Amino acid sequence: MRDVSLPRSLEELWGLLDRESAAALYAGGTDLLVKLRAGLEDPPALICLERVGELKGVQDELDEVWIGAATTLSTLMEDPIIQRRFQVLRKGLEVLGSPPVRHMGTIGGNIVTASPAGDTLPALYVLGAQLEIRSKDGSRVVAIRDFIVGPGQVLLNRGEILAGIRLRKVQSYAIHHYEKVGRRKSQACAIASMAALLTVSDSGVVEAARLAWGSVGPTVVICREAEAAIEGKPLSMESLKLAIPLVEKAVSPIDDIRADAAYRRTVAGLLLLRLSEYSAGTCSAQ
Amino acid sequence: MKIRFVLNGETTELDVPGDRRVVDVLREDVGLTGAKESCGSGDCGACTILVDGESRLSCLMLAAQLQGRRITTIEGLGSEAQLHPIQSAFTQYGAVQCGFCIPGMVLATADLLKRNPSPSREQIRRGLGGNLCRCTGYQKIVDAVQAAASRSADHEKPLRDDK
Ligand SMILES: Cc1cc2nc3c(=O)[nH]c(=O)nc-3n(C[C@H](O)[C@H](O)[C@H](O)COP(=O)(O)OP(=O)(O)OC[C@H]3O[C@@H](n4cnc5c(N)ncnc54)[C@H](O)[C@@H]3O)c2cc1C
Ligand code: FES
Ligand code: FES
Repeated sequence: MRDVSLPRSLEELWGLLDRESAAALYAGGTDLLVKLRAGLEDPPALICLERVGELKGVQDELDEVWIGAATTLSTLMEDPIIQRRFQVLRKGLEVLGSPPVRHMGTIGGNIVTASPAGDTLPALYVLGAQLEIRSKDGSRVVAIRDFIVGPGQVLLNRGEILAGIRLRKVQSYAIHHYEKVGRRKSQACAIASMAALLTVSDSGVVEAARLAWGSVGPTVVICREAEAAIEGKPLSMESLKLAIPLVEKAVSPIDDIRADAAYRRTVAGLLLLRLSEYSAGTCSAQ
Repeated sequence: MKIRFVLNGETTELDVPGDRRVVDVLREDVGLTGAKESCGSGDCGACTILVDGESRLSCLMLAAQLQGRRITTIEGLGSEAQLHPIQSAFTQYGAVQCGFCIPGMVLATADLLKRNPSPSREQIRRGLGGNLCRCTGYQKIVDAVQAAASRSADHEKPLRDDK
């Protein structure tokens, strides 16, 4: 039997971690409890973060929005600030798991799990998310792309937790896009996914593009070359097609039970073409 | 570990290991077998319960997390004498075959209708996307949910998620 503690504050959490530094943390448990059950992990004790008030909620700050790491995925999906400013993230949340998984799972859990298929991750990469890491002794801030170093691997030291996510409020992109290709609509782990932020001029020219792919590499894949290739050109099938080979070169997918590498590479490139549906310059397609 | 929570409207105190799964506590310790276990890994929704009115999976929740919560299982939604409107719609529309998925389906429906009292068929499919049924092919379940939604709209009385 393992002890399960439910601290109500960070103060209490630090005390618990002092006493049992090898305890495993969990928030929603939708990743960790599955692994425990499968015998993949065997921690001496468990600490559940679901009641730590300081790790929950969305705060509208001066030029940033702060999201508590233990905020549930469904709370975020329904949050007015997320809906108003970060549609790309909302679209990622909408296709993650199922309603009960979103009621339990948290954004911090999705980040620390660091699955290549994590559905909030491509959005957080294109938004340039900064992560606030805290420990008893202080805090540090790190960009998400420096924090996640491999599948299931993040730069978190013993005694440290992910406390929050910071997103810059001023994101001039009018088009926020996320699409995931899976074997079915609900509860499907992505075969490939793509998040995109675009600014398109009145004359239909792409002024700025941020692109990120999930499930086609050990971590989220970004491709500056593809971004540069579509910038300065009209948002059309023709110019998007020209960027496909660059994407196919940048990704490094694997074969697994859901799809083989070659299929994933093809889908990653073709996901770009969906952006042509936004050529009227709206946020509404998909 | 001593745990105090409200189960189907009644204050309940249990002394169970904190790391025991809620589905085991309900089925084996309390004897409420409405919540079913099938996959044990979050995929099927058979173990769905309402926690403070919100659908959650009791196979991915530990006993310690019950502390202070309001839990509704299918046993607490309606009674045999008076079915909950969602339950009557399920029986009337032939949405139940073997019945294994139904406690989860009904509770997931309660959560869905509380958030969206008149969902479209597509919204119903998405709202029940975490609940698998091997028998019905889902059409009749979607019919039943639509009927439950329009009935409660007719009577202008909100569906209660618990008692
Ligand atoms: C049926 C099912 C379907 C799913 N579908 C999807 C899907 O479509 N897309 C997708 O991306 N994911 C999916 N998931 C995975 C999972 O739901 C998400 O990754 C979720 O966001 C995890 O959050 P959690 O709070 O439940 O994580 P937990 O299980 O609580 O934690 C996961 C890991 O993160 C660590 N952790 C959590 N919070 C913190 C913190 N604040 N600081 C430090 N470490 C922390 C834990 O120690 C653990 O190692 C699915 C899971 C299930 C069971
Ligand atoms: S038994 Fe809990 S989701 Fe399948
Ligand atoms: S009625 Fe048999 S599984 Fe749904």
